[in-house]
Amino acid sequence: MTLDSRTPGGPLPGKWDRHRFESKLVNPANRRKFTVIIVGTGLAGASAASSLGELGYNVKSFCIHDSPRRAHSIAAQGGINAAKNYQNDGDSIQRLFHDTVKGGDYRSREANVYRLAQLSVNIIDQCVAQGVPFAREYGGLLDNRSFGGAQVSRTFYARGQTGQQLLLGAYQSMMRQVEKRSVSLFANREMLDLVVVSGQARGIICRNLITGEIERHAGHAVLLCTGGYGTAYYLSTNAVNSNVTAAWRAHKRGAFFANPCYTQIHPTCIPVSGTHQSKLTLMSESLRNDGRVWVPKKNGDKRPPQQIPEEDRDYYLERRYPSFGNLVPRDVASRNAKVVCDEGRGVGESGLAVYLDFGDAIKRLGEDVIRTRYGNLFDMYRKITDEDPYRSPMRIYPAIHYTMGGLWVDYNLMSTIAGLHVLGEANFSDHGANRLGASALMQGLADGYFVIPYTLANYLGGTAFPVVTTDHDAFRDASDTVQGRIDKLLNARGKETPRQLHRRLGQLLWDYVGMARNDAGLGKALAEISKLRDEFWQNVSVPGPANNLNKNLEYAGRVADYLEFAEVLTVDALHRTESCGGHFREESQTPDGEALRDDANFSYVAAWEFKGVTAKPELHKEPLDFEYVKPSQRSYK
Amino acid sequence: MRITLKVWRQSGPAKAGTLVEYAADNVSADMSFLEMLDLVNEGLIARGEDPIAFDSDCREGICGACGFLIDGLPHGPVRGSTVCQLHMRSFSDGDTLVLEPWRAKAFPLVKDLVVDRSAFDRIIQAGGYTSINVGGARDANSILIGKDTVEQAMDSAACIACGACVAACKNASAALFTAAKITHLSLLPQGQVERYTRVVRMVDRHDDEGFGSCSNEGECEAVCPKEIPITNIARMNREYLKATLMRGR
Ligand SMILES: Cc1cc2nc3c(=O)[nH]c(=O)nc-3n(C[C@H](O)[C@H](O)[C@H](O)COP(=O)(O)OP(=O)(O)OC[C@H]3O[C@@H](n4cnc5c(N)ncnc54)[C@H](O)[C@@H]3O)c2cc1C
Ligand code: FES
Repeated sequence: MTLDSRTPGGPLPGKWDRHRFESKLVNPANRRKFTVIIVGTGLAGASAASSLGELGYNVKSFCIHDSPRRAHSIAAQGGINAAKNYQNDGDSIQRLFHDTVKGGDYRSREANVYRLAQLSVNIIDQCVAQGVPFAREYGGLLDNRSFGGAQVSRTFYARGQTGQQLLLGAYQSMMRQVEKRSVSLFANREMLDLVVVSGQARGIICRNLITGEIERHAGHAVLLCTGGYGTAYYLSTNAVNSNVTAAWRAHKRGAFFANPCYTQIHPTCIPVSGTHQSKLTLMSESLRNDGRVWVPKKNGDKRPPQQIPEEDRDYYLERRYPSFGNLVPRDVASRNAKVVCDEGRGVGESGLAVYLDFGDAIKRLGEDVIRTRYGNLFDMYRKITDEDPYRSPMRIYPAIHYTMGGLWVDYNLMSTIAGLHVLGEANFSDHGANRLGASALMQGLADGYFVIPYTLANYLGGTAFPVVTTDHDAFRDASDTVQGRIDKLLNARGKETPRQLHRRLGQLLWDYVGMARNDAGLGKALAEISKLRDEFWQNVSVPGPANNLNKNLEYAGRVADYLEFAEVLTVDALHRTESCGGHFREESQTPDGEALRDDANFSYVAAWEFKGVTAKPELHKEPLDFEYVKPSQRSYK
Repeated sequence: MRITLKVWRQSGPAKAGTLVEYAADNVSADMSFLEMLDLVNEGLIARGEDPIAFDSDCREGICGACGFLIDGLPHGPVRGSTVCQLHMRSFSDGDTLVLEPWRAKAFPLVKDLVVDRSAFDRIIQAGGYTSINVGGARDANSILIGKDTVEQAMDSAACIACGACVAACKNASAALFTAAKITHLSLLPQGQVERYTRVVRMVDRHDDEGFGSCSNEGECEAVCPKEIPITNIARMNREYLKATLMRGR
């Protein structure tokens, strides 16, 4: 099978316009005859449900939460990018496009990124119209801050709760459609399989998490908006119920998985403090606007930070990257933190932390200004660590945060299964090998509000649909598969908890498929993952009933999927012997330790086809051509 | 430390419930309250017993999924904090704690510490939005909004819909939840067009869902993890009154 990205022809700036003009439409009177299944209610899913509901499609919306408003997007803190150039500081669509392609280390599709930059401006307008309380200046105009990888201020924010406010805007719009009955809401449902009939995605199987019932839902298209797979690593900044299950099961039905090894490790998280931890907490990147990152110059300097004089401190980001300083992209900041800790200059009890210091900013601007900018983040830090960041610097360390990889999609956001569209973090589309801060919210909303209404119409308007009901054999087969897997979990009756097994998988991935990867380590990880998977099925304990709320059963299913998924993640990391963005192969670095790409051999998207749980997946390549941005060694010096 | 827990166990809405005692050993002060419960559940699961059901997701105080009563207090003894942000350093070795679900007619019990809060979604559905379709918005900076106004709107918009306000109220009223959304939108220029229809629709839906009415006791404000003040309710009542007067006219 050849991967066709279906990127429209013509000059870059006009591609999307032209594509919209050439796309088929669905007559308003016919729209309600089409049932669109949307799985997930984060920024991508909620925005898609509201915009498609407004257009008059018959939308069915599913989520694992008790309310759509609790999707993981709610936790995004720092902000959302848009090329509004409200600050008159040299921003433009062209520049946002450029920064994003470069930030992604030249591993993304140019046409997608350009469209994203174009749509970014509409997103802000839409959100403000919904009443999203973005921060304002005294004159009443919108305020902006800077994020890593950019030299302009283009990030819009609502305190440290930007994701919450954007999601509530999308959720409220979606609930308006629920009231109008164009969207039907199915909360507390977990999608456990995709139903494919004659090559088309025609429905899903899900478990009602309250009653345990296995349900069948049929439709004309399925939109997966189920988020990323960061929790494969057990400890991450993601919400604890985040999972790869929906995407993985679609993968097993034929959707290719692209670039799974592109994972993002966020440089500023509260460090690990013990084995009891269930997740790590992010300290927003926006803090790097005013915080300065440093470690002691001397190895093993155990003095408290206040007693270490200026001349004994190494502000290593400012030293190594004078033009971007503390605002280098995430992959660069994380790797540098690892390097100084590996040198023995890390701070705190574990030695696995660096300082993020607001002392200078407080002196310059006063405590009140810092409090209005970051008050809620400082409070969060204090609650968790019992330390006061107004008095002494924060201690931070990198943690798994975001996944650039995801199901492969074409320019229309359609996967390798006809009718299965993938939006938001669940797809691989726009961020290449590294995502810039404040760009995930932008992508999720662009996909849902502005891309899918056009590309889905094109699909529905141009496709013949045989009549399919939930009595179809394909539904019965899929629902039997789901039931079989649940029974197998309940009958394992072992001694280990899903959490213990998940923690071990996470440690393995963090050690060998984490911030720095090498051939030997990846090989070892592959061997260990398959052993751990066998152990899981022999020894997992999943007590309790299947016919009511059983969170441990849900969790066990997600861990089981991660144990399968971890293998393709590792295989991808092993095959890509170059370094790029978040994927750092120790074998491939520049003399000063930066990621060294190998464009001659790896300028492609790696899309993996499922061949069986124990079989090696098959690699398909989508070549990446750069017409407008010349790939070069990324430099933030 | 060692903590004794008395936890409400009830396998379903139609089943009888009771408090069951569990010992939590080897609890560290740095654990969050939910991590302590994870630890207890790990023990139950390893022994093949049904773990205690409780809800959580973000575990950083923003999604609103978590919440139950600790010794009768929604989200426990620390002000301005959800139960996922509560750390065991707030308790002492040897403490005995009683954990119970939110109790309100409009929040039917699902299992153990989990209740059904979908009534909140239906209140929002009645009018907690601006009726703006995608595609028609004008340039964002063409709407000027004062910094103070937007900060005040943000204070209300910060609600996480956890349900603590309902659990704390002797009338099981969701007035604070409803008022927070009404306040957020009525303060902003974007919310003006539907200002008076919104308040009526949302307040009426609130009552239809079986929540009680507000008698100004203020318990909701005291337990709100986002410290949303009761002045929101006063504003909602004024808005409602104005709306009904206008309708009468
Ligand atoms: C702490 C934190 C802070 C962040 N801050 C920022 C920021 O400042 N700026 C930025 O741009 N990005 C930020 N990000 C990244 C960004 O928040 C996410 O990438 C984005 O919100 C993902 O949105 P989504 O709609 O794709 O998925 P999600 O919001 O993850 O939603 C997934 C949805 O799928 C549902 N679901 C999952 N599995 C199933 C299933 N099997 N069946 C049914 N439903 C299912 C869930 O219920 C949920 O509704 C941050 C991320 C984290 C972790
Ligand atoms: S788990 Fe999200 S608020 Fe507590």
